[in-house]
Amino acid sequence: MKDEKQKELPIKLQTSALRAYTMLAILILIWLFFHWQTNGIFLTPRNLSNLMLQTSVTGILAIGMLMLIAAGQIDLSVGSVLGLAGGVAAIAITYWDYGVAGSIILTIFVCMLIGLIHGVLTAYFSIPAFIVTLGGLLAWRGAIKGLSQGETIPILNPTFKAIGQSNVPANIGLSLAFVAIVFIFFLTYNQAKKLKEYGLSNRKASGILKAVILSAIVLLFTHVMNLEGGIPFPVLIFVLTAILGTFITNSTVFGRYLYAIGGNREAARLSGINTKSNIVKVYVLLGALTGIAAVIFAARQASASPDAGTLKELEAIAACVIGGASLVGGRGTVFGACLGALIMSSLDNGMSLLNIRDYVQEIIKGIILVLAVGIDMAGRKVER
Amino acid sequence: MKALDNVNFDLIEGECHALVGENGAGKSTLMKILSGVYPYGSYKGEILIDGEQKRFYNVKDAEKAGIAIIFQELSLVKELNVAENIFLGREPSRFGFVNYELMYRKTQELLQDLHLPIDPRTPVGELSIGKQQIIEIAKALSKQARILLLDEPTSALTESETETLFEIIRKLKKRNVGMIYISHKLEEVFSISDRITVLRDGKTVKTDLTKNLTKNRVISLMVGREAEEVFPKISHSFGDIVLEVKNLTAYDEEDSNKKVLKNVSFYVRKGEVLGIAGLMGAGRTELLRAIFGDWRGKRTGDIFIEGRKITINSPLDAIRNRIAFVTEDRKRYGLILEKSILENATLASLKKFAKAFITDKTGEIRATQELIDSLKIKATSPFTTVENLSGGNQQKVVLGKWLLTDPKILFLDEPTRGIDVVAKQEFYFQINNLVQQERAIVLVSSELPEILGLSDRILVLREGEVAGEFLRLEATPEKVMQAATGL
Repeated sequence: MKDEKQKELPIKLQTSALRAYTMLAILILIWLFFHWQTNGIFLTPRNLSNLMLQTSVTGILAIGMLMLIAAGQIDLSVGSVLGLAGGVAAIAITYWDYGVAGSIILTIFVCMLIGLIHGVLTAYFSIPAFIVTLGGLLAWRGAIKGLSQGETIPILNPTFKAIGQSNVPANIGLSLAFVAIVFIFFLTYNQAKKLKEYGLSNRKASGILKAVILSAIVLLFTHVMNLEGGIPFPVLIFVLTAILGTFITNSTVFGRYLYAIGGNREAARLSGINTKSNIVKVYVLLGALTGIAAVIFAARQASASPDAGTLKELEAIAACVIGGASLVGGRGTVFGACLGALIMSSLDNGMSLLNIRDYVQEIIKGIILVLAVGIDMAGRKVER
Repeated sequence: MKALDNVNFDLIEGECHALVGENGAGKSTLMKILSGVYPYGSYKGEILIDGEQKRFYNVKDAEKAGIAIIFQELSLVKELNVAENIFLGREPSRFGFVNYELMYRKTQELLQDLHLPIDPRTPVGELSIGKQQIIEIAKALSKQARILLLDEPTSALTESETETLFEIIRKLKKRNVGMIYISHKLEEVFSISDRITVLRDGKTVKTDLTKNLTKNRVISLMVGREAEEVFPKISHSFGDIVLEVKNLTAYDEEDSNKKVLKNVSFYVRKGEVLGIAGLMGAGRTELLRAIFGDWRGKRTGDIFIEGRKITINSPLDAIRNRIAFVTEDRKRYGLILEKSILENATLASLKKFAKAFITDKTGEIRATQELIDSLKIKATSPFTTVENLSGGNQQKVVLGKWLLTDPKILFLDEPTRGIDVVAKQEFYFQINNLVQQERAIVLVSSELPEILGLSDRILVLREGEVAGEFLRLEATPEKVMQAATGL
């Protein structure tokens, strides 16, 4: 029996990669379907640029949420905090004259403070994360309603608005793409060299192939965005956040601890990991990312309304889950969460183009969320 | 790949038939087929009961035929009381309302029958594991089971609880209940079974009357070669005292007036194995946890490492002082099951593998590969998921995790529980290797032969106090048990 299981292993090892490819395939299928249904509107540079812009805020939130979920936590208050933070940013820039940098720093600081409160309450006072952040969902929404007195706060500062509305100039975008490609090849080379040093692996060919494909995607992406005036600034921030998130989860001690805590908190604690302080850290990190997302969101709208960000927490959680994260903790990738966010916004975008009515869109999204997890669970059972 | 290959097995009314074999020999598969967990059609062959062919498509079918299985992991609902558990899913009812009076009366009768004086209204969670096990049996009997499958029933029981269980088994024999008894503990197998069947690699190697077999014969049948001496005798040479504990008193984590450990003092030297014996609840695991900083209650007393007084307030402090703790129940406290060997192995020493805060994957791969080679972990690569390893190999991963922290002192808590004879042997050799590397070992085990065979010195705990200390040569099972029970 045991031997049989071990023989299956090489196949099983690939399933996490397989899941990523399956999700990519599903995304492409969705795109092709909408492209066909919208008579060729969906896959135009204009719409793709729009789509990426729509993805960026949810995507940034999903990256933070993924790290939290990996550690076995949850945050239901992200939408409310996004609303509050947008309000703080708008008030700081419009009424208090904090300047662009000042108001951004203040906004991120407020969000990190909120994350600190949530983290301390869950980790050190043992109040379940679900309850703490459910409280947060109500309380922070109340706070922004009080702060704004129920009014939408306008943002007039052109520099601030540019954060959400401008594009990266085409040539700078291309230069960034080239830097990225050089970096990709450098990493691939470095890894192959290290592996060879230890005489561990000779999968050099597949590494180069991966690097080539990745570079092609980077170039294609930049090119398409440039056709529509360049990469939207929020999209650039989203991509940078995704790279940072991948780095944190894959290559830092902190990232590994998160998965360990989510996978088996007792074992992690007994292995000398300070589970509590790490949980607080990840809440603060999600706070910082929420602050960034809030600035982008407010800048795009050129205002902060008291009900901004409603239901964003659920979109972020849904993105993580569609991307293969387990709400029990210990599993999920930043890449998956980003893909999940992209799938969600593709559905939004495509259905809007098709003039499908709001309520139908919501029903379809709900069904797809449950279906995605259902298929994932079924696949996992077969695996065992 | 066949998990079972042409297995023939028969059970006579009123006998206790032991089924032994290494992990992976096919015992569990056979049990799952007999109890209907694996439905008819997923295997080839026949099951006959009273000469009549039976087909089980699910557990209910098997139950109807009078077969009940008592699982290793208990399947009781801790929040419900004894009667509610026994009648779970078939509560006696009138007009849709549970007839509690009848349910409690019937439960009472069942429990009296088994000589278990428990109020049927007691929540199961408040009972000891041993009593829960007996409740499981009562539940099976209440379903008119004629064939009981007992899968490692004593793995979590104390000696006296085991004895109670054996009395019940003997009583059931007289009532013509047939029992299939799976256990790694050969002592028990020989004291309770009438016949023994040995499985190896999915095949029946031998079925014979217990009285015609010996332990060594059974072991050699299980492993397919003559058994070597179970405990490797290597003379240890001791160095200086590494760890010394003076007057350690620890209070219960829930009840701050209750002392779990009372003035415990001991020391362990370099290259020495200190065995800690005692009954369940004597404070053995608590002693290790209290020293390791894994204690929420109050503690008093002093801990010295190499003569220097230290304070340990968390497992991290303990690791910094180069103490390692191979915990009992590896699945709960030792491993992250869904993660790879690598991720588990480097968990306690990850910072060593990091420059600044960035992990060094290749260094980790190399270290893990070295562990796989030196501890002989059976796995295809460092990326093999721990969940897919056998118990013995999982235990090696836990040990490996701690070896990467390069400990001076290793706490081993029930290190061989639930692993097969061969894996145990390997583990014993590992312990000797560690001792030769001048590490100090504190070993807690419920298996007396293991304590006696491996320890250089034995500390006996009773109700949180040191009740005796013996050198290897003077220790006998009788002396240790006397000290442990206080009789």
